[in-house]
Amino acid sequence: MSIGEMIRESQVWKSIFRHPMPQDRRNRIVVMLTNFFLHLHPVSIKKQGIALSYTWCMGGVTFFLFLVETVTGVLLMFYYRPTLEWAYNDILALRDVTSLGILRELHRWGAHAMVITVWLHMYRVFLTGSYKPPREFNWVIGVILLLLTLLLSFTGYLLPWDQLAIWAITVGSNMARATPILGHEGPGQQLLNIQGIDMITNASDARFALLGARFVGEETLNRFYILHCIAIPLGVALLLAIHFWRVRKDGGISGPL
Amino acid sequence: MHGVSEAEVVSGIAPFLGGYYLFLASMNAVMAFYLWHYKHRTNDALVWTAFSLFMVIVSAAAMGGSPPGLPESVRNLVNWLTGPVIYSVGTTVLLVIAYVLRRWWVKPMVAWTLLNISLVAMGVSMVDANFAAIVTKPDNVPIVGLVFLLGFFTWLATAKAVENDNRAKEGLPPTEKLDDEKVLVWPDLVYTELICMVALTALLLVWAIALQAPLEEPASSVKTPNPSKAPWYFLGLQEMLVYYDPWMAGVVLPSLVLVGLAAIPFLDFNKLGNGYYTIEQRKFSYLVFQFGFLELWITLIILGTFFRGPNWNIFGPFEFWDPHKVLALNNVDLSQYFWIGFMGEALPKPSPDATTLSQILTILLREWLGIVLVVLYFVALPPLMAATIFRGFFVKMGFLRFMLMANLLLFMAALPLKMVLRWTLNLKYIIAIPEFFLNF
Repeated sequence: MSIGEMIRESQVWKSIFRHPMPQDRRNRIVVMLTNFFLHLHPVSIKKQGIALSYTWCMGGVTFFLFLVETVTGVLLMFYYRPTLEWAYNDILALRDVTSLGILRELHRWGAHAMVITVWLHMYRVFLTGSYKPPREFNWVIGVILLLLTLLLSFTGYLLPWDQLAIWAITVGSNMARATPILGHEGPGQQLLNIQGIDMITNASDARFALLGARFVGEETLNRFYILHCIAIPLGVALLLAIHFWRVRKDGGISGPL
Repeated sequence: MHGVSEAEVVSGIAPFLGGYYLFLASMNAVMAFYLWHYKHRTNDALVWTAFSLFMVIVSAAAMGGSPPGLPESVRNLVNWLTGPVIYSVGTTVLLVIAYVLRRWWVKPMVAWTLLNISLVAMGVSMVDANFAAIVTKPDNVPIVGLVFLLGFFTWLATAKAVENDNRAKEGLPPTEKLDDEKVLVWPDLVYTELICMVALTALLLVWAIALQAPLEEPASSVKTPNPSKAPWYFLGLQEMLVYYDPWMAGVVLPSLVLVGLAAIPFLDFNKLGNGYYTIEQRKFSYLVFQFGFLELWITLIILGTFFRGPNWNIFGPFEFWDPHKVLALNNVDLSQYFWIGFMGEALPKPSPDATTLSQILTILLREWLGIVLVVLYFVALPPLMAATIFRGFFVKMGFLRFMLMANLLLFMAALPLKMVLRWTLNLKYIIAIPEFFLNF
């Protein structure tokens, strides 16, 4: 008996994998049904549904990049403190002192790539008309995921706390003060006013809610850090689960009827 | 470029360009081999072999320290031509040409030639210090990648659509229908996924090692960089700020982009083209989407990234980003055109002592023409569209859905309209009510 066979015959192995290697038709079907990570997939699929020239694999690539971002992001969190005192220095140290000094590069380039692959995925879904019935609502979830991807990237942009970061966030978040009715320089701002006292000021408007302050400062760093590392990823994870589940429930990957 | 001489720039970029041209040479050598060995097209193979050899020579020249560049006169001409009008109209015309001539440029050899032309153009432009400085900025590299990826995937999708449309004419089903048989996901799909993951990981590792993530000076709230740019994927929105106030460009229009995207499946009543590539069977939705995505989103990002410099002025691709470049801005509001230009009077001015109501009435009087035009645009145009060119749509969609689509389309068209009005009439605001932050 070879070592490989000994392992595969052991009680431990069999407790994890309840069937033989997926080398014949039966076991290739069983593996899809019994493996947690694989059960996302159907057992069999139309050949055109997995043709790269049709799918571009962009949805899958996007999901993989999300996983890369999660893993590298968790590792980065070990090194990074979101305070004015430490944020910039920690990023410097990440580059110059830490071993495996490409962690931030992997995270940043992965994030840029993810924005691009989300767009390409939507481009493909549109061009193949895959948003049409019965997949309308999954497209809507996809649009929300697009927004969350952009927000993830946007909130992460601030964290290095260099000139590039705060000014990009300043330019971006300045828009919020022009929000109609809820921004202190937005049209209709005067409407929310009680007995002559403005309810919407630069210390209570939409921009303040976003920044936690009247300008991009330590409160903003904290707020964006939590949004970036916890709040938005949780939202994305939930919506991803629904997105994938619905792909199956709406009849699998699209194809001509 | 100040401080760095042209020769220094060239010697800095030359080794990179040497490798770049060598890559081009091998790419074309592989294509030539493929054509000769698998397709038995000797003539085509010979052409690309010759091109590949030529690229080897260019690569040698680049590695030797003298990569070919564009002559000064050509660069000056391109800089001189660069402007919002030529850029925006030019890219739109290109898209129209690409649409009309799609049967021609999807041919593999034509597309391959176009790819080579754009790659060589990129290479000879890189010798220019100003061009290289912008394109090789670490955060801009993904956008260069995006441009080529979009080019490739647009070609792929168009090629498949053209093929399907040709088949439809002969009464044949789309190519996607041909591979109707079912295969097992293990191994056919999971192995593809595994290979994709490995390839992507390798790509990310190479990218991360080759290119360091940008880190500038520590944040300082007193030193405003010029230009201050939003992250690259929001530069289309920042570009809209040239034509619209922040409440429109930063809040209303982006929200409507999301609403519009989410509404697509509920507005598109066309049942054809579900699950396969086609253009002929869904021309309207295809054209609207391509215009919105490629023209109003992507080209504006490219404009904002590569052509917008200090003070948000437009610079040519080979032009130095001079912070002291001055452009005359003499934009005029519609109300000023009407009262001063047409009536020959001063603008009605709300007196600060008057009651709020009379102030508002004066403002309404001042802006009446703009308000009427905007109301006509959003309220009167949709029924007019329903009665004329969109008659068939209206009948099929019903009142509510049609009105939603019409208004979304009109908001979408509001950006190019405002652009044209700015270029032709120097028009600043159609409605200008700065008293209530309501400029449109």
